[in-house]
Amino acid sequence: MAQLEEVSLDKFKHLVSERALNGETMLLNMGPQHPSTHGVLRLLLELDGEIVVNCIPDIGFLHTGIEKNMEAKTYQKAEVMTDRLDYMNTMGNNLAYVMAVEKLVDLDVPPRAQALRVILVELQRIASHLVWLGTSGLDLAAMSMFLYCFREREQILDIFELVSGQRMMTTYIRPGGVWRDVPVEFETAVREFIKIFPKRIDEYERLLTKNPLFVDRMVDIGHLSKEMALSYGVTGPMLRASGVDWDLRKARPYMGYEQYEFDVPVLYEGDTYARYLVRIEELRQTLRIVEQALNKLPLGPVRSDNRKFVPPPRSEIGVSMEALIHHFKLWTEGFPAPNADIYAAVESPRGELGVLLAGDGGPKPRRVHMRTPSFDNLSVFPEMVKGHLVADLVAILASTDIVLGDIDR
Amino acid sequence: MDKKLEPIIKAVQNKFSAAFEEFRGEVHLFIEPDQIVDALTLLRDEHSFELLSALTAVDYHPQTSPRFHVIYQMTSISKNLSVQLRVPLSGDNPKVPTVTRVFSMALWRERELLDMFGIEAEGHPDPRRILMPEGTDGYPLRRDFPLGYEEPQFTFNFDEIDLGKPYAKE
Amino acid sequence: MGIEQKLGNMGVVTTSLEGMVNWSRTNAMWPMLFGLACCAIEMMSAQSAHYDMSRFGMELMRASPRQSDLMIVAGRVSKKMGPVLRRLYDQMPEPKWVIAMGDCASCGGVFNNYAIYQGVDEVVPVDVFVAGCPPRPEALIHGVLTVHEKVKGQKFADLAKT
Repeated sequence: MAQLEEVSLDKFKHLVSERALNGETMLLNMGPQHPSTHGVLRLLLELDGEIVVNCIPDIGFLHTGIEKNMEAKTYQKAEVMTDRLDYMNTMGNNLAYVMAVEKLVDLDVPPRAQALRVILVELQRIASHLVWLGTSGLDLAAMSMFLYCFREREQILDIFELVSGQRMMTTYIRPGGVWRDVPVEFETAVREFIKIFPKRIDEYERLLTKNPLFVDRMVDIGHLSKEMALSYGVTGPMLRASGVDWDLRKARPYMGYEQYEFDVPVLYEGDTYARYLVRIEELRQTLRIVEQALNKLPLGPVRSDNRKFVPPPRSEIGVSMEALIHHFKLWTEGFPAPNADIYAAVESPRGELGVLLAGDGGPKPRRVHMRTPSFDNLSVFPEMVKGHLVADLVAILASTDIVLGDIDR
Repeated sequence: MDKKLEPIIKAVQNKFSAAFEEFRGEVHLFIEPDQIVDALTLLRDEHSFELLSALTAVDYHPQTSPRFHVIYQMTSISKNLSVQLRVPLSGDNPKVPTVTRVFSMALWRERELLDMFGIEAEGHPDPRRILMPEGTDGYPLRRDFPLGYEEPQFTFNFDEIDLGKPYAKE
Repeated sequence: MGIEQKLGNMGVVTTSLEGMVNWSRTNAMWPMLFGLACCAIEMMSAQSAHYDMSRFGMELMRASPRQSDLMIVAGRVSKKMGPVLRRLYDQMPEPKWVIAMGDCASCGGVFNNYAIYQGVDEVVPVDVFVAGCPPRPEALIHGVLTVHEKVKGQKFADLAKT
């Protein structure tokens, strides 16, 4: 087991200013275990008093080797690992990977499955934004926000448990559709949630949006200009708060998003307050999508009929020979994919979640690369933080909305 | 292929004599390593491809040449187009010029490429490992790097695996 | 029975010193904030209002290891994080207990590869393993109560040996 090593300044000489080398500024370690770094992130700060001169993030403390591990499993089994990447957006990760697999093998998805996928992914977006809001409030010492947001999140997790049996890592969205049809109580539960949630968003806004303490800590902090955001590959609410109108659900609609009417909030100041307002507005718009999708939910099958990729229902196995053979092939070998590669992207709560899937003609992928948004959103963090106080650093990190599972994979 | 994409492909092909292939609606262009910086600058400045969405590599071991393909996925926000540039590299001492001057997103992504594949980015201002700890030997995402699989402990092999596991003392 | 009959309703409790000490240790055990990955979110859910952990005495999560007695390792421990975990464990004052929460901390979980410790007991000695991926908040609370039972059964002689 490796021992902790003494790090000399030589390794970082090219990254810190000369004032650090002659001892004028202080190098401080905001270590992997810290209440305000959302996960295991290590920040090396060069401080001049309280002002941050340079910030060097050190990531890799949660590196799980998911991409390599997925190469050793078949396409269906590898989906289990995608849940654990960005653990706030588990349904979204499943959707990105499954869309990539469906694009690679050219598999169709029935309309009921598409609508169900949209409802669940948008509910997951609400759950993810609620955790962001709760933990941001916790970082800025508004502790009751944490308790309120987790109360709503419990309702969404109850809906997920109703549908798939698991609260977080559901793997409900599978190639060809969804795992099984939703029970009867699903519609009542979602309608109940739609009924109570708008008032709760108003409650959160009453607590925070015009609160002078909150506004003082968030306005004019952590500016991100449009050019810098595009150059660093930032996507998602961070990009939309800097003035670029780019949302993959509107620009390249997938899973039937073109049928639903919703707005995409765009602000131009690029500071942390703008990012907060963009995400709060997204909560309202997401609820609109859920309501429309639920109203328009068509009847029909929830999984594709193509038995080369989708297992047959258990009742058929005793009666039909082909069903037995398909079941056997899918469970022992898996389905083969062509020797090519594709790139598919969805809009996760943090930005563009893309999957580069390279098949090699066999049942296991040659390479699965998840282009995760938090990696690039964090790479612009040192630029945003220069010249601010350490307390502002906490606020800026909260508004970046990173998930370390996304970054380290 | 999108109609708006055709003149752009023709412009890139004229300047760099790049081959291209199409699969499921996506366009992949093959570029030589020394032309990649110019190709990205051309696409960013003249054809408004403002966003570099993804920068990664695929390992085609045991095929030795080319062994790696470095992939640059570009997105145009104003025109809503997407194109993928691929740079084939050979297996021994793979190097690719850095594109950090064109897109700052490559600052961390090329460090990841070095860490995971051993592909050096020439001219990168900060070539350190990013995800694996310092002093790691080898490059994990190469196909010949072992997975590090530990045998699951069942009742029949419980004791022999137990002896091999490094349990912590107090 | 004799002394209770004599004292009656005077509001006096008799017990042993070990019982007293163990009772006070279990009723105010402060966990150290060591949430690494997805299990940390379920730990936060267990701490918040729906599945309240503060009714069992864990009112606050101390970020500093010097002020906590229980370390809940929630999440997967990678090879880069291992030395950090060991150092934090060493910084905690005695008596201390460790709960390995989730499958990744107990046995490596889904990830059987080069980057994750196959069970956090390769790094620190563990008292209770809680299974699940991630374990429900009720399962975590059950794990915490199991640690409480273990503490209640501890004798001074055992602690003096280590």
